[in-house]
Amino acid sequence: MSYLIKGARVLGGEAADILVRDEGIAAVGAGLDAGGAEVVEAGGLIALPGLVDLHTHLREPGREDAETVGSGTRSAAMGGFTAVHAMANTDPVADTAGVVEQVWRLGREAGYCDVQPVGAVTRGIAGEQLAELGAMADSAARVRVFSDDGHCVSDAVIMRRALEYVKAFDGVVAQHAQEPRLTEGAQMNEGEMSAALGLRGWPAVAEEAIIARDVLLAQHVGSRLHVCHVSTAGSVEIIRWAKSKGCPVTAEVTPHHLLLTDDRCGGYDPIFKVNPPLRTGDDVAALRHALADGTIDCVATDHAPHPVEAKETEWAEAAMGMIGLETALPVVQEAMVETGLLDWAGVADRMSYKPARIGRLSGQGRPLEAGSPANITLYDPSARRAVDPSAMTSKSRNTPFAGLELPGRVVATFLRGRPTVLEGKLQ
Amino acid sequence: MVNAASRPDEPVEVRVADGDPRPKAVLEGPDIRRALTRIAHEILERTKGGHDVLLLGIQTRGVTLAERLAGALREVEGRPVPWGSLDVTMYRDDLRLRPARALGRTEVPPEGVDDRVVVLVDDVLFSGRTVRAALDALNDLGRPRAVQLAVLVDRGHRELPIRADYVGKNLPTSMRENVKVLLAENDGRDAVLLGPTGGAK
Amino acid sequence: MNRHLISAADLSRDDALLVLDTAEELAQIADRSIKKLPTLRGRTVVNLFFEDSTRTRISFEAAAKRLSADVINFSAKGSSVSKGESLKDTALTLEAMGADGVVIRHGASGAPHRLAGWVRGSVVNAGDGTHEHPTQALLDAFTMRRRLGDLEGRKVTIVGDVLHSRVARSNVLLLHTLGADVTLVAPPTLVPVAVGTWPCSVSYDLDAVLPKSDVVMMLRVQQERMNAAYFPSVREYSRRYGLDGDRMAQLPEHAIVMHPGPMNRGVEIAAEVADSVRSTIVEQVANGVSARMAVLYLLLGGSEPAIGKGVSE
Repeated sequence: MSYLIKGARVLGGEAADILVRDEGIAAVGAGLDAGGAEVVEAGGLIALPGLVDLHTHLREPGREDAETVGSGTRSAAMGGFTAVHAMANTDPVADTAGVVEQVWRLGREAGYCDVQPVGAVTRGIAGEQLAELGAMADSAARVRVFSDDGHCVSDAVIMRRALEYVKAFDGVVAQHAQEPRLTEGAQMNEGEMSAALGLRGWPAVAEEAIIARDVLLAQHVGSRLHVCHVSTAGSVEIIRWAKSKGCPVTAEVTPHHLLLTDDRCGGYDPIFKVNPPLRTGDDVAALRHALADGTIDCVATDHAPHPVEAKETEWAEAAMGMIGLETALPVVQEAMVETGLLDWAGVADRMSYKPARIGRLSGQGRPLEAGSPANITLYDPSARRAVDPSAMTSKSRNTPFAGLELPGRVVATFLRGRPTVLEGKLQ
Repeated sequence: MVNAASRPDEPVEVRVADGDPRPKAVLEGPDIRRALTRIAHEILERTKGGHDVLLLGIQTRGVTLAERLAGALREVEGRPVPWGSLDVTMYRDDLRLRPARALGRTEVPPEGVDDRVVVLVDDVLFSGRTVRAALDALNDLGRPRAVQLAVLVDRGHRELPIRADYVGKNLPTSMRENVKVLLAENDGRDAVLLGPTGGAK
Repeated sequence: MNRHLISAADLSRDDALLVLDTAEELAQIADRSIKKLPTLRGRTVVNLFFEDSTRTRISFEAAAKRLSADVINFSAKGSSVSKGESLKDTALTLEAMGADGVVIRHGASGAPHRLAGWVRGSVVNAGDGTHEHPTQALLDAFTMRRRLGDLEGRKVTIVGDVLHSRVARSNVLLLHTLGADVTLVAPPTLVPVAVGTWPCSVSYDLDAVLPKSDVVMMLRVQQERMNAAYFPSVREYSRRYGLDGDRMAQLPEHAIVMHPGPMNRGVEIAAEVADSVRSTIVEQVANGVSARMAVLYLLLGGSEPAIGKGVSE
């Protein structure tokens, strides 16, 4: 099957046609001949390489009431993603070759986007013994990213060993930076709002202290470190310093940390409860600039679906996390593009090239040129609409952006030449 | 209750033409003073010298009137008559028709109400609902030997079986009219105004 | 939108004065032989207590009953709540019962706020987690006003575990609204890091503050803080931040000593202080009923609440 995408602005530049044949891009240029290919009119749309998410909770196995590999990948496709990294904190935990292969296989069967399992760093993400990292790396799932996300690998020795060990297969440890003792029972960012609301604080220093330790460790053992969901201005400073010293560290920021602040918690609606928590306006500004200048390498959604009852409760009882796959690109447009901090080429870099490279996905995050796999997202930046949770493809509804008017709309997503989304609808 | 004492005045001539927004004074300061003096005499007459009488003014202007009546009684009889105030807000039957409002003061003299002749004092007697509330309020304060009612103006249109024992002035009114009592202590001058609804208040 | 009393900040200065003035009138009821008003006849007030607090529950119950409301006590122990029913389902149950007012005590900060979004009646916060306890602040202000008169410019010192104290939060907000100057005194471990944004000053030195205080309010030291490294030992806490006879002697002659109860005698307050004439601790209990009657009347007595604030989210 062939498609001719007509008149799309490649990375926001000049309008061009993209000829997709079989699984790849056959040609990119002006006035290409359809030659029997199905024509997709893309005038006014922006063509981006298929988005790649380094941080997705698909919840399967274990919490299929919140999300499944099937529903999560459909949601991803609707958000313009062609690959997601499935986090390891499932039940059972993805800490063996068996579990990661199961998730990987479910993703292949679903067929809406590539599912690259993340392996747990420690057994049962308990932080005590290393999981069988090598077996997961050697499995059919070819795991390269390891993370105990949801928990911090807080033991310095375990962290050091994990960093060293994954070097053997070019892996990376993605750290959820949260000093556990400083955040016992923590509910939200520690500051003016937490003091007023009487909710236990999650201080910025609890993130920054772990990042500082980890960049020093990574530098010392010469291993790749990736920092998950950076949320504070102080973390940005530490990562900037580490990079200036040549430390092999990469970092991600979530869309919600680019747009929302802890003021949102004032109504005690746990839809805004997330880990790490929403921070202050100064933090948001620092994160945006860090993403623009490359200190933070990429955007990752930390898509964290929860059933309704996990959020319709008292704040302290509620689950942490928010869904984000279907709003990621609009939020990035709002926070980064409309503010002039990033152009569309920059968006392609932060949401496709960089995350694919960090995750060592060879078939993803490739430039839109002849010879690349045809992973393409067509996006209409001129649309504006209020976020409607009930219209989400995800099985869960816990979006913090409900009712917020955001720009942009994913019109089509191609996964290796096959449309998963066309005219804004799942195929 | 029997209204034996009042000598109903002639119906008031001063009428307000419909649509005239200006309230007219139907009683001025000297009229009010005379009315209170007369009521004081009637009270003494009916209670045989006013021993055991306790005046309770209904908030707000009833309290002022009770104080003035107490003064008039003292002048006539040469000894003080106890008086106090009664706030009936919590006993009103129209509480739920409006937002909850501030409470006035209820202050009963140390003698209490038990076994006394309590004379309730109010400015205007209209539907009778305020007096009904006052009777309930009084019931929670104790058990008077008798309860009587003194009002400066009776404007008619009763909605409950209540009559005043002492009336300063009977003032036939239409439902579209509004009676407003002004007292120097509360309002800076003494007058009873009659105007169209919404005009005088 | 319905109005609630969830935070002391929900009360404007006029609202707060209206509550205090109303409480002053209602306090007389306690001296009558018939301690009852018909005002809330036919109204239903639910006391929803997820935490054990006999004194607060009894105070609200007495207040509601003196206003002739029907009172339903719903305590978490032994009810469906202890069997894992969610707050939302409990709220729906209250709706079905037609509660006009819900008085809620809950261990989670913000629970009354959540509840207010799920029920039609007015919600009164009777203490939520480490957030607020607005009726305690009202009864405290009422007690201060009865002893000292107008609170404008009065110096109120609140001593103890401010970080975890809902009483302190509500008092800071209400006293600020009423024009008093509040100083918090605590070990630095027991004040929030963002306390600088609060409308009050902070001191770590009790002895320096006492001679300038019109009111000293001692907060209870919770048992669970004693072994959590907030301070080295109970003895040291007591020595530095407890109110004993010697310290009380530093107070101006007219100054009063308050405590929301229950007290740890010998820890934050010495017995001789608690039992002294300066102590308002017993008055506070009686005043609690008057203040809560005022709140219930002003929220439930009319066609719509006369005080409080709506919940927007």
